Amino acid sequence: MNNVLQMVWLIPVVPLLGFLIVGLGRNYMPKIMTGVFASGTILLAFLISLYVFFNVKSGNTHVAHYFDFINVAALKIGFDFQVDQLTSVFLLIITGVGFLIHVYSTAYMQEEEQKDFNRYFAYLNLFVFSMLLLVLGGNYVIMFIGWEGVGLCSYLLIGYWFKNTSYNNAAKKAFVMNRIGDLGFLLAVFWLIAKVGSVDFHTVFETVPTLFASGKITIVDITGITLLLFVGAMGKSAQIPLYTWLPDAMAGPTPVSALIHAATMVTAGIYMIARSNILYTMAPVSQAVVAIVGLTTAILAATIALKQNDIKKVLAYSTVSQLGYMFLALGVGAYTGAVFHVMTHAFFKALLFLGAGSVIHAMSGEQDIRNMGGLKKYMSITHITFLLACLAIAGMPPFSGFFSKDEILAAAYARSPLLWVVGVGGAVMTAFYMFRLYAMTFLGKFRGTTEQEHHLHESPALITIPLIVLAILAVIGGWIGIPEIFMHGGHRLEAFLAPVFAQSNALTEKHHLSHTTEYMLMGISVGAALVALIFAWSKFNKYQKTTGEETGLGKILANKWYVDELYDTLIVKPVMAISKYFNDIFEKKGIDGFVNGVGKAVNYSSRQIRLLQSGQVGAYVLMMVLGILIFFIIQLFL
Amino acid sequence: MEIKWYIGLALALFCTGIVGVLTRRNSIIIFMCIELMLNAVNLLLVAFSKMHAASALGQTMPNVVSDAQIFVFFIMVVAAAEVSVGLAIIVMLYRNTHSVDVNFLNRLKN
Amino acid sequence: MDPKNIWITFPELITWLPLIAGLIAFMIRKEKTVKLWAILASLLTLGISLASLFYTDHAKYVNLNNVSYYWLQSIGSSFALGLDGMARMLTILTSLCFSLIFIATYKSTYKNLNIFYGLMLLTQCGLMGVFTAMDALVFYFFWELAVIPAYFLCSRWGGEKRIQATFKFFIYTFAGSLLMLVGILYVYTLTGPTANSDHSFSLNAFYAAAGAVKGHGWVFWLFFIAFAIKMPVFPFHTWQPDTYEQAPTATTMVLSGIMVKMGVFALIRWVLPVFPDAVIRFDNIVIGLSVVGMIYASLIAIKQDDLKRFVAYSSIAHIGLMCAAIFTRSEIGLQGVMIQMFSHGINIIGMWVVVDIIEKQTGTRKMSELGGIAHKAPILTLFLVVIALANIALPLTNAFVGEFMMFSSLFTFSIAYAGVALISIILAAVYTLNMVQKVFYGEANTVTGNMRDISWNQKLVLAVLLVLIFMYGVYPQPIFDLTKDTVATILTRIN
Repeated sequence: MNNVLQMVWLIPVVPLLGFLIVGLGRNYMPKIMTGVFASGTILLAFLISLYVFFNVKSGNTHVAHYFDFINVAALKIGFDFQVDQLTSVFLLIITGVGFLIHVYSTAYMQEEEQKDFNRYFAYLNLFVFSMLLLVLGGNYVIMFIGWEGVGLCSYLLIGYWFKNTSYNNAAKKAFVMNRIGDLGFLLAVFWLIAKVGSVDFHTVFETVPTLFASGKITIVDITGITLLLFVGAMGKSAQIPLYTWLPDAMAGPTPVSALIHAATMVTAGIYMIARSNILYTMAPVSQAVVAIVGLTTAILAATIALKQNDIKKVLAYSTVSQLGYMFLALGVGAYTGAVFHVMTHAFFKALLFLGAGSVIHAMSGEQDIRNMGGLKKYMSITHITFLLACLAIAGMPPFSGFFSKDEILAAAYARSPLLWVVGVGGAVMTAFYMFRLYAMTFLGKFRGTTEQEHHLHESPALITIPLIVLAILAVIGGWIGIPEIFMHGGHRLEAFLAPVFAQSNALTEKHHLSHTTEYMLMGISVGAALVALIFAWSKFNKYQKTTGEETGLGKILANKWYVDELYDTLIVKPVMAISKYFNDIFEKKGIDGFVNGVGKAVNYSSRQIRLLQSGQVGAYVLMMVLGILIFFIIQLFL
Repeated sequence: MEIKWYIGLALALFCTGIVGVLTRRNSIIIFMCIELMLNAVNLLLVAFSKMHAASALGQTMPNVVSDAQIFVFFIMVVAAAEVSVGLAIIVMLYRNTHSVDVNFLNRLKN
Repeated sequence: MDPKNIWITFPELITWLPLIAGLIAFMIRKEKTVKLWAILASLLTLGISLASLFYTDHAKYVNLNNVSYYWLQSIGSSFALGLDGMARMLTILTSLCFSLIFIATYKSTYKNLNIFYGLMLLTQCGLMGVFTAMDALVFYFFWELAVIPAYFLCSRWGGEKRIQATFKFFIYTFAGSLLMLVGILYVYTLTGPTANSDHSFSLNAFYAAAGAVKGHGWVFWLFFIAFAIKMPVFPFHTWQPDTYEQAPTATTMVLSGIMVKMGVFALIRWVLPVFPDAVIRFDNIVIGLSVVGMIYASLIAIKQDDLKRFVAYSSIAHIGLMCAAIFTRSEIGLQGVMIQMFSHGINIIGMWVVVDIIEKQTGTRKMSELGGIAHKAPILTLFLVVIALANIALPLTNAFVGEFMMFSSLFTFSIAYAGVALISIILAAVYTLNMVQKVFYGEANTVTGNMRDISWNQKLVLAVLLVLIFMYGVYPQPIFDLTKDTVATILTRIN
């Protein structure tokens, strides 16, 4: 049992210590010390993750049991960490990107007051801790701890500027929507407990197929569990119908958006489904639901992104859209593709957000791209890295996004050409809105105020270095997953992750597309995206501010299909109305009315009966006589 | 003489008493009516004792015969005590209200 | 190893110590001395109840944990007290809460301080007695002993509308108590004879009478209503918000932190094993009521503006879950209730401490008037946010473990109930975060502009609470081990 991976607890504990020390010393620690210390903890965690990764690569996997979390009756939930290929990939993404974002933040948040600066880093460390807990958890409950933990950190960081009410509302919205998802997650866990009696990953994944074969678990159970888990993923990974919190979450500081709302936390849903791949493979209905919801989200978010003018909102909707692609991949059984896209997406989306942050920083807080333009000449590093990221997300070869997106689309085609067609449509829109964003921001003439223009500058090294590192990754990150047709054995990620998905792969027959089909699919999608790219480039290159209102479909898109308003009328307002009814009427007049009514009745009757006590002796005697008479009558006749 | 005559007489006396108590306001008269009711009961007791005991128990237990009549003496003693207390109350009442009308007595305080 | 000639036992110590301390407190004139005396007495009680943890082995230390005085032998009642796992857990909670309450309110002043503290200590005695009673009459006796001082505390030191509120509280609980008394007497007539009497009030006799009680399902309702009022379960809850609002904060803490547990405790100890058939027969009604109550109270909590009423409704929602879990009759559910009783006590006291600080400093409890405290009092905010998160059962806080287990048990019992009940976790997030936002975030205004951060005693109390929140959130196993014996006993009785 003395596996070297037993020490994996160090990885989350290091950021936790960072959180505790920075958090408790937030009034005393100078900014520079906090920055170095907080980033240092993540770097340390990254180094350990690297060690773990190579250890796993050499074939070692391990479930580390630390202590019993809950051990009652037949329910045994250990505080377990599971380290395997999937976990190690996520560990690297989280700590790696996390580290870069920490470094970036030290410069980005420099203008904050000391204690707010420290509070920010404490939260950021706490977030990394929760995320690591999520991917390390050896059972659904430990995963859920991290799952809720990241939700909490997201809440704290979105509402970081807590004096602003609308930011607080956004934070609250994020938390509540995540909670709706958590409800599904919890129900799934309870279902597992009721049916399987365990929540450990390895127990569940090993026993479910046997229990299914022996009829102890029906397809209804598996479908129910997987669908409920997917509800959890919907909340965390911002899928229809629970996606509206993510664009609002852009209220947080930009590095937070990069880390939490693009690179890591929102991929938790993907991780969870990839982890439970065997359950999904056994439930075709759930798979179909996942694929359809994913694809719909991808398209819907892409359409909204077409008309957004806030630089971060565009990126937010593009994140929702890309997450949709990942779910599409999961739904068609391309688990490796989903994880691959998580990875490449983490690189280029973090880069995009950090680049956007750099722009916002230079523009003194301006986020509206209509007021930007021509930033190319002021910020060359930001500009180039941003361009590379745009190319990557648009799926241009040989940038990373191309490989992962192509893998997903190919898998979708193998399942159903229709999925592929719609998917390509989304990819085209992606290329369009990304280059609209790029062109409006960096090309053309500057459209802001002169004061802003005067202030324009390239960001400091602490901001540009992470950009450069991420840009390199965004370019070459895809090369670990080169398709078979280009290079035999080129898909090293698939080979690496194979043991995790072995069970599922054994259950599904491999769809093999012919080489020509594959080349053709690739050509069509890249070609279409390229056309959209060039169109957007040329259209928005010379963008001029117009004052006219959007009309028709444009207005609907600019208003995000009115989904927020729809939710408000359909859910929020009725709940509030019921709440008000219960509070004002049912509680006060109904229940309390009844209770007080009993009291009042007693009071009233006593006041009436009191009148009999007139003080007249004659009346008393009369009553006495009447009483005696009544007794006589009862005695004699009844 | 049959028992029914005694019962009839007692009933008449008792009803007279009740009606007196209910209708009159003069406390002395009410008092007298109460006495009337008591004596109606006394009369019944004596009558029942004589008739019933003589017929049913007389043969076997002759010494029981007069026992019930002892109750009559009890009642008479109690009534006497009552009269003494009651008249005293009426006197006090008269001193306070200068009247013996019970309807002035509708307050316990003052 | 059991010492043969012991002159005093744990249950006696923890029950009589507060009584004696309370009686002495009545006679102390100096204010500071009374406060210190109360703190000292409660800490001593806490120490003793913690010390009893070393003597949990029932077989070994039976004489240390059980005592029985000669009392009303001829009617089959003896003054029996005993400590089992559940009682131990609750007595520790009680003494802990009282210590924390006395420390947290150290700087508050009341009129007639000695009487206030004396009554508080009497209440503690009553609570300890309720938890350790091993005889139905003794149980009833302490049940009333705990309520009556609380009544005086509310009616003498409460807020403006205290008379009305306490009257409601008193009538409610008293009606419940009377129903329970009738129930106790009825069950008593069904118990078997002892050496000296025809029937018996002892706990074991009541348990043994379960078979005879079988045909008398309605008696179950006498007990249930009494305890439902105390907990409170929908629709018997309307006394609670009024009373919490009007009672002085220290008393509110006792009422919500511990007295509420009397009902939960009594359901487990006096209802489940005595009425197994009725429990099974009526479980759907009770669980249905509880689940409806959870949603109902959560919805109302959203609309509350007064912080005290807010906490009251959120507590009603949490208690509903406990009640539902009890009636699922599974080991997981009951253990979940056990740890949740502990957690709920800790968390709600924390809540009250924070509310008290805010009210003392700003003079208002209206959320709409507050705001921006986070900027003025960051430490207070930190504590509140953690407590609020524990209130919505975030993992790694103590409440998560309990709620997880209770929901799990409810799910096994019925998917529909669990599905509906789980909606309350969403609503809990809504109302709690609303409260945090309204009170703590935003810009400071004239009401909160002069807020200072908290004083040492409050810091101490909140820090202790925080440690407990996380300690049992990460490692709850000790509580499970402690209450395992009770749960096992109850479950063997019922199945």
